[in-house]
Amino acid sequence: MPNIANPTIFLSFVRRLLPWSAALAIILLTLGLYLTFFVAPPDYQQGETVKIMYLHVPAAWLSLFIYIVMTVAALGTLVWRHPLADAGQKAAAPLGAAFTFICLATGSLWGKPMWGTWWVWDARLTSVLVLFLIYLALIALWQAIEEPGRAARAAAIMTLVGAVNLPIIKFSVDWWNTLHQPASVFRIGGPAIAISMLLPLIVMAIAATFLFLTLHMMAIRNEILRRRLRRLTILAAEQSDAPAYIAPEPAR
Amino acid sequence: MGDALAALFWREVKIARRTGGAASIGIVFFLVLATIFPFAVGPDLNLLARLGPAILWIAVLLSTLLGLDRLFQADHEDGSLDLMLTSATPLELIVLVKCAGHWLTTALPLVIVAPLFGLALAQDAAALARLTLSLLVGTPALTLIGAVGAAVTVSLRRGGLLMAVLVLPLAIPVLIFGVSAAGIGATDPVPFAAPLAILGALSLAAIAGAPFAAAAALRYAGE
Repeated sequence: MPNIANPTIFLSFVRRLLPWSAALAIILLTLGLYLTFFVAPPDYQQGETVKIMYLHVPAAWLSLFIYIVMTVAALGTLVWRHPLADAGQKAAAPLGAAFTFICLATGSLWGKPMWGTWWVWDARLTSVLVLFLIYLALIALWQAIEEPGRAARAAAIMTLVGAVNLPIIKFSVDWWNTLHQPASVFRIGGPAIAISMLLPLIVMAIAATFLFLTLHMMAIRNEILRRRLRRLTILAAEQSDAPAYIAPEPAR
Repeated sequence: MGDALAALFWREVKIARRTGGAASIGIVFFLVLATIFPFAVGPDLNLLARLGPAILWIAVLLSTLLGLDRLFQADHEDGSLDLMLTSATPLELIVLVKCAGHWLTTALPLVIVAPLFGLALAQDAAALARLTLSLLVGTPALTLIGAVGAAVTVSLRRGGLLMAVLVLPLAIPVLIFGVSAAGIGATDPVPFAAPLAILGALSLAAIAGAPFAAAAALRYAGE
């Protein structure tokens, strides 16, 4: 078992693994979309709009999964001071924001024909929106601090504080919503989901997870290379600066 | 250790009182916020009476946040933060004491004047009492959550806006329970005690947890 935590070994590991994981993601996505559009039956109430669900639910699953990945990476940053964990954290944040946005956008597109409105301040929607805001805030924090190691530790602390806060936010938004509109119109109280719908959903969820893993590996790789480039640039700049001090131009 | 912490506490209070008065500017900002809301929603007193607790809570939230970005930044700039980092006193306690000083000079004056502005927003006596109590119980949580944001952004030149973006989503639970303790229950059967108790729990949890997060962030920033 090679030491994957070493960035160089990790890069070669990614180079070998990436084609497989990308191919798996593409095959599963193709299969999942085929099942979604040609095999899965339309819902007896919702008609064809139910197919939005096959994008929406995997995106919702990933929006939470990616935050868990970020929390684990944040622990890696703070406990082991590992540069790979820094890169993993940084790479996950925009992906998390993107999948959360897909979740919100598809939900909104589904809500318009079904509920007759693009947005309701339903407890679930609101807590996903807050999760989206937290992702955006973390990305802003990453961009604001220039030194990568320092940015990683600041973002790790905010990620952990967010991880502690997310259940509290979820709970309080639930309370807030039941306080404001006790009768929830949107409960899908129907029977358990049919197997013909469940199968495409599972395929899509696995496909989306592999898509995330592929993109995450690519983003970590880019981040490692970006850091090397930064260090090389600094070194080169220092070297080109050095002779200037030894041989200053003669005063005129 | 106790002496050092007491000295730090009085230093915070003195600085807040002498340098342009964070407290008085905070109150003026609070007044300005409470004044512009009626321009936005109209002068209808019934509507303002319903929105009153929400307006005052948002005004307190923003007034508290705006002063907080300087909580550690001023110490970072003049070098006192380095002394605090190297001192024998635990940094977590230093953070807690600084937050206490900040709360006393910035948040407490807001809590005291809030009933006055509540009168202008057509709140009756019972609503005023609820509002003041909810603010008193909830503002420590705001200060401490804000302190984490202030510590994370301490080395940034213009960290104020970023701090607000980081902290406001985390302050949502405080706002929810604060507003429901302050006002919504007046017409609803929801008891006043439940949201107030949760608000107190949030404040206590923030007092227990936030100093550790803020101190960790300050240590990393000092490296």
